[in-house]
Amino acid sequence: MNSKIVKVDSYREVAPPGAINVLHHLSEPLQGKSLLHINSTRFGGGVAEMLQRLVPMFKDMGINTNWEVMEGTPLFYQTTKSFHNALQGQPQIVSDEMYNEYIKVNRENARNIAFDADLTIIHDPQPAAFVYRKPRKAKWLWRCHIDISRPQRKVWNFLKEYISKYDGTIFSLPDFAQKLAIPQFLIYPSIDPLSEKNRELTQKEIDEITMRYKIPQDKPVILQVSRFDRFKDPSGVIEAYKIVKKYNNCCLVLAGGGATDDPEGLQVLHQVREAASHDNDIIILDLPPDANIEINALQRTATVVLQKSTKEGFGLTVAEAMWKGKPVIGGAVGGITVQIIYGQTGFTVNSIEGCAFRIRYLLNNPEILAEMGNNAREYTRCNFLITRHLSDYLALMNAILNK
Amino acid sequence: MHEFHFMACVEIKELLGKKADDEQELMELIEEVPTDSIYYHTHSCFLRHPYISGQYPNDFADWAAIQVRDRVLGEKLAVITPSGDKTIEHIRTELIEIIDSHLSSIKMVPAVMYGHPFYFMQSKIIEIPTGVVVDSLKEFTYALETIDASSIYNHVFEARMRDRLGRSDFSIWFDEVLGKKDLAERFESVDSYLYSLEGLRSKLLQFCQHELKK
Repeated sequence: MNSKIVKVDSYREVAPPGAINVLHHLSEPLQGKSLLHINSTRFGGGVAEMLQRLVPMFKDMGINTNWEVMEGTPLFYQTTKSFHNALQGQPQIVSDEMYNEYIKVNRENARNIAFDADLTIIHDPQPAAFVYRKPRKAKWLWRCHIDISRPQRKVWNFLKEYISKYDGTIFSLPDFAQKLAIPQFLIYPSIDPLSEKNRELTQKEIDEITMRYKIPQDKPVILQVSRFDRFKDPSGVIEAYKIVKKYNNCCLVLAGGGATDDPEGLQVLHQVREAASHDNDIIILDLPPDANIEINALQRTATVVLQKSTKEGFGLTVAEAMWKGKPVIGGAVGGITVQIIYGQTGFTVNSIEGCAFRIRYLLNNPEILAEMGNNAREYTRCNFLITRHLSDYLALMNAILNK
Repeated sequence: MHEFHFMACVEIKELLGKKADDEQELMELIEEVPTDSIYYHTHSCFLRHPYISGQYPNDFADWAAIQVRDRVLGEKLAVITPSGDKTIEHIRTELIEIIDSHLSSIKMVPAVMYGHPFYFMQSKIIEIPTGVVVDSLKEFTYALETIDASSIYNHVFEARMRDRLGRSDFSIWFDEVLGKKDLAERFESVDSYLYSLEGLRSKLLQFCQHELKK
């Protein structure tokens, strides 16, 4: 694949002091080593987005890196969608025909790939069965990006047969660890501070977008950016806002997408619009998937950002907002709990009332709000930028390949 | 050798697949997990939070106080401070004794109701040369300002475990190479377990700048 050129040195201005030098030194023992990433899609979705940025960075570090994408049939994708849901704890029926299709498509794809890299990283369940082609001397890791804290046993036991043949796994949260005889590593996902969604914007760019969406400039803005999905609890956000509104003049912006191709999303969007219909200070924005600069501007305009999820994978929108110097009030679930340090970078909450109380607390304490926003940015700089992500991978490669 | 070679470090985090839902389980697992796991939860938490120091100085205290909402045990465990003359096994024993004594003083075993279980992890620290080499206090001060925060962790926290007397690499160099015993003692007098790495950097820089003005 012809990847974009991404120079690691261009992150010097945004990474913590000395971090880029550490990356260069970490990559020295890996010069000339080869790395192969395999996943199931080149575009769309968090994994592809992450690989589009990380693969050129690995190359810039002198590591001979390739990225292969598998191809499937409609039945294969239906099967892996069922796997995905089952691993995330939803009851699914997977027929023998579906299991057989999974194995068949994996074997057909694996035949066309040269597995000569020193390290191969297989992303998610779709290509997990490629492992039957693992050369004896090569090292393979299975990188799981999804929440498998409570998997449906039958599907997990099927996949476990393959996973146990790897040299190790990588998970995004400690909760996702499984009983496996191979090492299980932890690497948090990251945001790219130079991408359209996170780069610095000029005031003109911000003003143009906030005017386009009619965001009030004369009152504090409470924002939640997330798909219209009941697990993101947009109705709870509106309830919390209504409590706050009795005390503080403010507006609420719910910005999201994903409703057009998801019947349940449409239903949630309808409910949210209904709940907001009598208040002109609630703005609902159904944004297209590529509205990155728009989300960036909204996050920069917000006074307080919410991520009041009741179920969450990692929830990188928290890190996105924190990077823009905003304290975040989030549900105490999934990756939100590792991003928000209670009382320092924001607050984790367990109820609508708790959410409302913390919004009021921040709106009425602008000095604390500013200090927490600053903490949030620095905490994100150290822990959730792509430079830390690259560093974790390089460290792991050093440990695995240079034993 | 007279120069000081700054060495950074990175941590590889490994999940053990073991979790505790109550304080009894926590104690039993503390007894059985590898040394690297006790290290992860009592030492390298400082490496993971370079900018912000948490409310409690180790993961066990933090979990008991925040997730179990047992502030009594949280406070008792917070007293455990790693120091140079304590091995990880000493710390493990201290942790077990504190939890055991706490559990025998109450009727029910406190468990997680609304919070998260305690997930046991372990650490592998890799040292990396930064290429930054200094041979005077002036150069050292400049380097300390700009070096990766993990270097501070490596030369203070990790070094105290390596040195028989529990001193940081910085103090040893000031004392034994630059002959600045006072500065070394001032460095040693800082309770680094109460600072974030960035807070510690500021504190140490103040000492160096003060010394340079003499």
